Amino acid sequence: MTRPGARAALAGASGLALLALAGAVAPVLAPAGPYAADLAARLGAPSDAHLFGQDTLGRDVLARVLYGARISLGVGVATVALSLTTGTLLGCVAGYAGGWVDEALARVIDVLLAFPGLLLAIALAAIRGPSLPNVVLALSVLGWTGYARLARAATLSFRRREFVEATVALGAHPARIVLRHLLPLAAPMLLVQATFGMAGAIVAEGSLSFLGVGAPPPLPSWGGMIDEGRPFLLVAPHLVLFPGVALALAVLALQLLGDGLRDLLDVGAEGPARSVIPP
Amino acid sequence: MRALAIRRLTLLLPTVIGVVTLVFAFLHLLPGDPVEIMLGEWAAPADVAGLRRELGLDRPLAAQYVRFLAHAARGDLGHSIAFRAPVGRVIAARYPATLELAAAALVLALAFAVPLGVLAAVRRGSALDRSARLASLVGVCLPSFWLGPLLMLWFSIRLGWLPVSGRGGLAHLALPAVTLALGMAGILVRLTRASLLAALGEDYVRTARAKGAPRWRAVGVHALRNALVPVVTVLGLQAGALLAGAVITETVFSWPGIGRLLVQAIQARDYPLVQGCVLAIGLSYVAVNTVADVLAGVIDPRLGEDGR
Repeated sequence: MTRPGARAALAGASGLALLALAGAVAPVLAPAGPYAADLAARLGAPSDAHLFGQDTLGRDVLARVLYGARISLGVGVATVALSLTTGTLLGCVAGYAGGWVDEALARVIDVLLAFPGLLLAIALAAIRGPSLPNVVLALSVLGWTGYARLARAATLSFRRREFVEATVALGAHPARIVLRHLLPLAAPMLLVQATFGMAGAIVAEGSLSFLGVGAPPPLPSWGGMIDEGRPFLLVAPHLVLFPGVALALAVLALQLLGDGLRDLLDVGAEGPARSVIPP
Repeated sequence: MRALAIRRLTLLLPTVIGVVTLVFAFLHLLPGDPVEIMLGEWAAPADVAGLRRELGLDRPLAAQYVRFLAHAARGDLGHSIAFRAPVGRVIAARYPATLELAAAALVLALAFAVPLGVLAAVRRGSALDRSARLASLVGVCLPSFWLGPLLMLWFSIRLGWLPVSGRGGLAHLALPAVTLALGMAGILVRLTRASLLAALGEDYVRTARAKGAPRWRAVGVHALRNALVPVVTVLGLQAGALLAGAVITETVFSWPGIGRLLVQAIQARDYPLVQGCVLAIGLSYVAVNTVADVLAGVIDPRLGEDGR
């Protein structure tokens, strides 16, 4: 009998690997690249030469969807890396130090959580102008709170245990105690949170690009492609359809992976939130 | 319950000040010059200085903060550059449309998700349960900026059943509300199911059944009431997220609410209006969450007792 969650985790991981592979081999599958325009064939329907059709400038939609995987997954990984590192570091420091440091961090997190994440990201990206680094920054500004809460809770609950007291008695440096002894215990929770966080970041990047404050044109962001295709919905629905399917598949893969890992690692419903960035 | 309500209401003021401070901090402390974004890179230095003075951005940061807080407390959010009207008035004109959309989505999500979650839990492992879980997963995964245009294409353009966009009667509300509700419904189905399953395994449900309570009563009265506590809490968070999610849905369906106003303000580079919209949505989010917390206390009086 397979362990609970194994199937979902495997399905999610496979889907994610497939998307990453699609992004990696995009130059092979679509040698013309995502920017090669062909104005004579604007809004061309799907055909043998262009499986997903052509967009408003006659660019190959398949090529743009494939290259779009690089943007979506790239933003997802970068956002999670930045939020996870910041959040874990702050959470561990606060949980270990206790006292006013901990209290201050808890209040900051409360206020940040009292704010819809996507909204702040929109405002931030709008103020700083559309660019991918700005998207990552805008999403990470709120994204770190989930990881900080988990890391803080784990550090708080484990730091009074005997094995930690023993390490303290042996004269270990606090940094070593946190990194070698406390962090590994919080790792499963953080991993599950990171999976959902990446799904949230990918949807949020799509949303920002859709609103025109994310990836600037002509970058092939899935959200931006959906926005570009919207006015041509009746004559060329493929412009909206294919990037959306790709985006939904990416999110589905990450949700399955997160659900599966949660069951596999037995993190429990009290652990990570489903998504760092609210829809 | 009263203790919980009082505690939540005392927390409200610091949270509101925190949110106002947060908006101020993000818009003023982060690199990126709003005046440059508003006027463009090649604006005349005199114009830049003029606008900076008009927005109060030439003063020391602390003075700007105090002024911002004082004005916000009086409901004065500045003057919209694009609309040539007070920001507060522009927002107030659009606010009802967003409330209408968010309320419709909330009702729709609840009416659909809670019964489905209950049925899935009661018939655990059945085909219905599997379908409900699959449907909820799909609901969570479909981004609204994709689902909206597709619904519009099908129901408005191809079938011609519903209006394409704008605000009017119930027919105008249907597609935006469904689009906005779907993601939330997906989350609520999963949560209701999981929460009810946990409650059904509790001793008090077995006791109720042993004392002769019919199954519907044990589920509907005893288990469901406890199962709904986490649902209400998440509902609060999600209802707030609906207000933020409305930014996308309103843009897709040209719904004249505050979310679309925010996007218009961003496009018009109307900095005071962006700030006002963000603040208005943020404060609504805080208010909704407070109400949800108090409501959770009404459903489960134990929440108010031990400071949880």
